[in-house]
Amino acid sequence: MTDWPILSTVTFLPLVGVLLLLLTREDSPYGRRNILNVSLLTTVFTFVVSLFIWIGFDNSNPGFQMVEKHAWLGTGISYHLGVDGISMLFVILTTFLMPFCVLASWHSVEKRVKEYMIAFLLLEVVMVGVFVALDIVLFYVFFEATLIPMFVIIGVWGGKDRVYASYKFFLYTLAGSVLMMLAIMAMYWQAGTTDITELLRYNFPANMQTWLWLAAFAAFAVKMPMWPVHTWLPDAHVQAPTAGSVILAGVMLKLGGYGFIRISLAMFPLASDYFAPFVFTLSVMAIIYTSLVAMMQDDIKKLIAYSSVAHMGFVTMGIFAANMQGVQGAIFQMLSHGIVSGALFLCVGVIYDRLHTREIAAYGGLVNNMPKYAVAFMVFTMANVGLPGTSGFVGEFLTVIGVFQVNTWVALFAATGVVLSACYALWLYRRVIWGALEKESLKGLLDLSGREKLILYPLVALTIFYGVYPAPIFDVTAASVDLLVNNYSAALQAAQDLAQSVH
Amino acid sequence: MIYKAIVFLPLIGFLIAGLFGRSIGAKASEYVTSGLMIIAAALSWVVFFNVALGHGEAGEVIKVDVLRWIQSGGIDIEWAFRIDTLTAVMFVVVNTVSTLVHVYSIGYMHHDPHRPRFFAYLSLFTFAMLMLVTSDNLVQMFFGWEGVGLASYLLIGFWYKKPSASAAAMKAFIVNRVGDFGFLLGIAGIFMLFGSLNFETIFAAAGSYLPAEGAAEGGEVIASIFGMELTRYGALTIVCLLLFMGAMGKSAQFLLHTWLPDAMEGPTPVSALIHAATMVTAGVFLVARMSPIFELSPDALLVVTIVGAITAFFAATVGLVQNDIKRVIAYSTCSQLGYMFVALGVGAYGAAIFHLFTHAFFKALLFLGAGSVIHAVDGEQDMRYMGGLRKHIPVTFWMMTIGTLALTGVGIPGTMFGFAGFFSKDVIIESAYASHSVAAGFAFTLLVIAALFTSFYSWRLAFLTFFGKPRASADVMHHVHESPQVMLVPLYILAVGAVAAGFLFEGYFFGHHYGEFWKGALFTLPENEILEEFHHVPLLVKWSPFIAMALGLITAWYMYIKSPDTPRRLAASQKVLYEFLLNKWYFDEIYDFLFVRPAKALGRFLWKKGDVGVIDAYGPNGVAARVVDVTRGVVRLQSGYLYHYAFAMLLGIAALVTWMMLGSSM
Repeated sequence: MTDWPILSTVTFLPLVGVLLLLLTREDSPYGRRNILNVSLLTTVFTFVVSLFIWIGFDNSNPGFQMVEKHAWLGTGISYHLGVDGISMLFVILTTFLMPFCVLASWHSVEKRVKEYMIAFLLLEVVMVGVFVALDIVLFYVFFEATLIPMFVIIGVWGGKDRVYASYKFFLYTLAGSVLMMLAIMAMYWQAGTTDITELLRYNFPANMQTWLWLAAFAAFAVKMPMWPVHTWLPDAHVQAPTAGSVILAGVMLKLGGYGFIRISLAMFPLASDYFAPFVFTLSVMAIIYTSLVAMMQDDIKKLIAYSSVAHMGFVTMGIFAANMQGVQGAIFQMLSHGIVSGALFLCVGVIYDRLHTREIAAYGGLVNNMPKYAVAFMVFTMANVGLPGTSGFVGEFLTVIGVFQVNTWVALFAATGVVLSACYALWLYRRVIWGALEKESLKGLLDLSGREKLILYPLVALTIFYGVYPAPIFDVTAASVDLLVNNYSAALQAAQDLAQSVH
Repeated sequence: MIYKAIVFLPLIGFLIAGLFGRSIGAKASEYVTSGLMIIAAALSWVVFFNVALGHGEAGEVIKVDVLRWIQSGGIDIEWAFRIDTLTAVMFVVVNTVSTLVHVYSIGYMHHDPHRPRFFAYLSLFTFAMLMLVTSDNLVQMFFGWEGVGLASYLLIGFWYKKPSASAAAMKAFIVNRVGDFGFLLGIAGIFMLFGSLNFETIFAAAGSYLPAEGAAEGGEVIASIFGMELTRYGALTIVCLLLFMGAMGKSAQFLLHTWLPDAMEGPTPVSALIHAATMVTAGVFLVARMSPIFELSPDALLVVTIVGAITAFFAATVGLVQNDIKRVIAYSTCSQLGYMFVALGVGAYGAAIFHLFTHAFFKALLFLGAGSVIHAVDGEQDMRYMGGLRKHIPVTFWMMTIGTLALTGVGIPGTMFGFAGFFSKDVIIESAYASHSVAAGFAFTLLVIAALFTSFYSWRLAFLTFFGKPRASADVMHHVHESPQVMLVPLYILAVGAVAAGFLFEGYFFGHHYGEFWKGALFTLPENEILEEFHHVPLLVKWSPFIAMALGLITAWYMYIKSPDTPRRLAASQKVLYEFLLNKWYFDEIYDFLFVRPAKALGRFLWKKGDVGVIDAYGPNGVAARVVDVTRGVVRLQSGYLYHYAFAMLLGIAALVTWMMLGSSM
């Protein structure tokens, strides 16, 4: 078992599904059914296999595990995979969410199901690829490649303004990636390697770190997205099909956070320290600004999209607090947000499939004929608000604790998110779910179908489980984060000593 | 084991009624949840006798581990129970009232189609409250804190079809969250100062936290919080004030009180349980639990005293003129909570918990009695349409009278004859007078005035409801009926508490048996001698609450029985003052103007002008326009954007690989 290249298996397993899909014909009698079944089986199987990564994972080892390394292109760039406590759970999160995406698209995608599923499976390959890549070029290739399937998904299967949205998505991200490519070149030039494990040990000169940090920041901040480069996200979410939104919020935003931890914080500690106040400012802006904007939205998906930006503000804040609570909280917040925001978009999908509108004003009083739906939505709303006992609390709490020790002002402003998130989330709930059932169009709506229960109930269970017992996640991340934080402070200390010895 | 049973039985009830309520039916849900609560309540009394009244050692604390929770760096938090006298007292209060409310609701909610949901929420609330009071660390307390908030939100909005109910539910949650904002920062501050969030560690460190008088490190700056360079004492004060902000939200103290009157939109048993006896006292519990910290900061205690006194006074003034029977009692609750905070502020923690204990009985009695009245007059809550009900519902009348006697503090000073409120309230007023706090005189004055007002509005309520001529329609009066036994029995039990809780327990809570009863669960510094000093106040001070009470009673009697025309004339002649009080000092309007509308306007502005007007216009849209301008003239690419992008990326990778190859060959 130990020699088995499990990371490659998990990464490329969806390609088997793609291959099978290429062989099926959509217009045959059972074509659509076959396509859906193949996709579902592939994603479920991939998830099951990915669980073996967790089972085989050694919590006490802070370094990379299950490493695979092969020379590639004969250039010093290598096919190098591995996971540590920081990346491993993101792999699981990705494979976990994929079956839900397939299920969510069961009826709602009407045209070109085959291509749609192929796009999703390819997306899964590259997303998992980002998290397991240990070569920075490989990382970059996967990182950028995530855009293409998502771009296609929004552009082809999206809503009315899909072209504008996909274009905006593309433009923002392109700007960031060009700069990151330059940074990668410069890093290679300086360190002479593209191996992430070696780059992590390499000490970049202080002035160079500044520029590298800024270039990497451009790419990750867009992806995150941080204020003020967040405006692509609401549009992309609104136009994307439900499953697209789930992946976008659930996994793709985490690529940015992962990048910040793996590259910015770990490789450029001096610059991270230097720019931390800048990141804090943007994070706090994100939390307050986008929460206020979220409150005034008329479109359910847009509201949730803006709330995602606010939650990512806690993540960036935690990461650059650069202490144990901050970083672990940020990782937890990302994982939790992956589940919760994914679930919220699935909830929107449930009613969108019935009524084909996302206008908040079109709803009201759904609790009367959809009580089960109301309960599930309530759980996710509370998780979004960060109620203790749901997974949403743990990350938010730890990041605030973490940043309070570094900068109390930041904690003060970030904590206003506690109030603001309650405002927009509860107001949404009140307008959509509560009230009397008065609108004619809503009277015929049925409660959750069997398929929808299958989608939402496991997520409800997980949301509460990780709120009550988050220990498995902390156990996985503790050793690696501890190493990261120690290296970080050691680097800062070394720089300080050096500065003193010069004087 | 017994402790786990007490805490988790309500949770089991919630899960059964919540998940299977539909299939097992309303009756079964009621019996299961109530049955489990009865067991939990019985066990609570066992614990109370063992822990509080037993002969344990001072400082003895039972710790029960349940499950790991959050471990990250220096933070090591478990789900665990900390059982001491304070917990035992809260066990009794919470579970007794909750059980009675469960039973009462079987009758009160008889006609409601959503009974399983209602009972599930009640049990959920009880569970959360028990988690709060048993917590052995600040984070679990925060869990309970927010859990009761959630249950309160769900129960206020129980009749979700009523727009006013869902609005009130939202308001309650959000205003509470304003307090939680402070609480959360307070927790962060505690972690910064003590490096732990577990009570055991914090309390152990608190004793030696402040440098000794005149020690070298006395003026040393140890932390910078919100731009202030603080010494140990300063930092501790800030942290206490942040925690107190949380307490203000939950306990509806002045400035954060606006949600409590609106919360009366919920069914009446909910008001009795959550908004009178238990949840709103969580703030008092928090300060009492954190007494080892608060006791070190006289400045923080001063703020607690002042806020408490203002609340006691303010809420009483508003209560004078309200017409909704439940709102009068709600403002009364708010006011009584103010008394408790004054007690905490002057260092008389035992007196605060004593008042919490007695108040739970008589205020729950009053609320459930009011529910019985409302039940009798077909859902009417406006006292202007009641009157003359004494003969029709005599049992309810007598129970309400006992509640009123207890609330107004009827008793003979200097003797052991008196209702529960007489003991606990007088103790607080005397302590306020006796304390060395700067605000002692201020607090004492406001509390005595508030006692007068309390007496007035309580008797006004009684007179308007039960005396005089019936003002309800003949149709309603025809149907007026006494409530069924299932609703009356809880009233009897609470009435026993309202009569007896005072003289039975005074000696334990704040008297001769103080030390052996609390066993160190409440911390006081050696120089805090309030327990001794409040006995030695002047006679007039001892009699002042009695005089205030008598004055209030006489005035109410004059205005609502002797000369019922007086209130109307008075309201007309003092129109400005009357309107000011009737509109609750215009707090809702001010907050709407100061916070709600600006927040909405700002949100819209940032969205339309910020996101769309600036970021998009100069960002992607602007760039797009330029790109279109340029490309239009130069090349005509027929492909969509996808190919642009794929092409760009290919080029990029090619460039990168070339670079690498060149680099490695060099």
